[in-house]
Amino acid sequence: MSQLSGLEIRGLRVSFDGFTAVDGVDLDVAPGDLRFLIGPNGAGKTTLVDAVTGLVKAQGSVLFGGAELLGRSVHRIARSGIGRTFQTATVFEGLTVLQNLDIAAGAGRGMLTMLRRRKGVPEPVARALETVGLTDLAHSPAGTLAHGQKQWLEIGMLLVQDVRLLLLDEPVAGMSHDERQATGELLEHISEERTVVVIEHDMDFMRSFARSVSVLHAGRVLSEGTVAEVQADPRVQEVYLGHAAAGDAALGSAGPTLPDEPEPSGGTASGRTGAAVQEV
Amino acid sequence: MTLFKGAPAAPAGKSPSVLAGRPARAWAGFAAAAVALFALAPLALSDFRLGLLAKYLCTAMVAVGICLAWGRGGLLTLGQGVFFGLGGYAMAMHLKIADAGPGNLPDFMQLYGTASELPWWWRPFGNPLVALAATVLLPMAVAAVLGSFIFRRRVKGAYFAILSQALAAAFAIWLIGQQATTGGTNGLTDIQGFFGYDLDDPVNQRMVYFVIAAVLLLLIALVRQLIHSRYGELLVAVRDSEERVRFLGYDPANVKLVAYVVAAGTAGLAGALFVPAVGIISPAMIGIVPSIEFVIGAAVGGRASLAGAVLGAIGVAWAKTALSEEFPAAWTYFQGLLFIVALAFLPGGLVSLAGIVRRRRAAATALPSGGAA
Repeated sequence: MSQLSGLEIRGLRVSFDGFTAVDGVDLDVAPGDLRFLIGPNGAGKTTLVDAVTGLVKAQGSVLFGGAELLGRSVHRIARSGIGRTFQTATVFEGLTVLQNLDIAAGAGRGMLTMLRRRKGVPEPVARALETVGLTDLAHSPAGTLAHGQKQWLEIGMLLVQDVRLLLLDEPVAGMSHDERQATGELLEHISEERTVVVIEHDMDFMRSFARSVSVLHAGRVLSEGTVAEVQADPRVQEVYLGHAAAGDAALGSAGPTLPDEPEPSGGTASGRTGAAVQEV
Repeated sequence: MTLFKGAPAAPAGKSPSVLAGRPARAWAGFAAAAVALFALAPLALSDFRLGLLAKYLCTAMVAVGICLAWGRGGLLTLGQGVFFGLGGYAMAMHLKIADAGPGNLPDFMQLYGTASELPWWWRPFGNPLVALAATVLLPMAVAAVLGSFIFRRRVKGAYFAILSQALAAAFAIWLIGQQATTGGTNGLTDIQGFFGYDLDDPVNQRMVYFVIAAVLLLLIALVRQLIHSRYGELLVAVRDSEERVRFLGYDPANVKLVAYVVAAGTAGLAGALFVPAVGIISPAMIGIVPSIEFVIGAAVGGRASLAGAVLGAIGVAWAKTALSEEFPAAWTYFQGLLFIVALAFLPGGLVSLAGIVRRRRAAATALPSGGAA
């Protein structure tokens, strides 16, 4: 791990055929932050990540560690230390977990290394396997992994890629409570050495693990701050109440003191949940 | 659309095995192939049949490249005839010049030609070393130029297949149009010698067969190394999810380009060796139909497996000879049917049958009594 780098977005604007998906976003993510991007559907969260990673064309400026990213091609942005995951886990299903990680680790490899066979398990790959808890499944085809395990494999791939910024698009969607807990702890651990940005709809998850939060709405940053600050913001409450009439998972209605009721689940995970909720 | 993407998104059990190199089995297969090619076939087959086998082995060389590009890389190369033809014509041009002897024009130029001397672009092929190098390097260079345009513009799937097929058609049509310098529809025919050896002599024909068999084994070893290298794993990753690979910091265009160029090289070499084995190269051997035939062999045998692609190519080429001797008109239909059946019902080719049967059995025994499988 070289050094921590932050993300600095200024006046970012993305339009598709006249529809402006991201409309002048300014966003600073401090080095080593664990930032959550939340907002209703269509707020522009994923498009923002697409713009940062070069998938869609954008105007404005995106600086990472002081270097401009806009205008670079996808694979060059990836090589400058930025990795992302997608809403649906995309791993190479026909390859083993180990092969997936080895490929992720190899973008800088020279010709000769590429043309030779992989011998054993490279050290960073072994570490990543350990970190995401897939060591026992190293030789299983990635296609046979459970949904949550695929997400972890993707995160593991970002780790061996040695990215300094992880952009994760709904990493806990479809996960069980225990898996979410484990993922949250994994992200906390990762953010000690890297900058992490998470797009998430799961408010409980956000409350438990976010170090800071940005709320996007209609392509703009509506509010920003700690979880408590954002939750107290009347504009955020309005947006969320307006969208989730029932107020079930709504941020505003939940309020800062609502405890995250731990589902009856095993051992270590719930213990940590309690601690995380109290922080909030 | 499995047709154009290799066999991605298949449930893990069904996807072509990339999980293990199994070196012991590979060595055994390699040794068996060497014994069959160098000992059994020459003993068992007549000179005529051995000559036919030499021709089939050339088809198998093309299939080796197709296995890499299509089976592993998902690039449905429907235009390998172009590269086969480049290699074939490069070799045939040299042999024609050599046959004619110093200072003379090749026979067909004396018949149709208007020029009194060799066209400028024929001259380099007078040198045997240049011609030999060109049989491989020319197809690879053409593939590199074409491929970098195609892959950087992100042409893929069916569009790539159609484009490569159109190239084969265009190349054949161009050759036909150049009667005076390429022999037109006839092609370059009646090749007599091969680097000083008289091709009418059965002993020399046998030598050509051995050269072809050796080169085939060499190509198999080379491509096998590629398939099992890190590059081979990356190529499968590109086939299955190109976008994801891009986000890992690779340029998928380069990854595909390597496979495409290597496949072009094997096709070029195959074309070059086809010429002394058969004594002729003509537009009819490099156009759309032969280009599709190259692919069919690999598809029937199993495009993702080297053994499958090679045996499939030999088998289909053999079946073509055998069946078209009996039913000349029906072969084309049969071949088309074979291709469709293989792609629709057996995407892994015949080699995948064993695995499917094994899994069925395993599933049947794993189920408690009477479970419907």
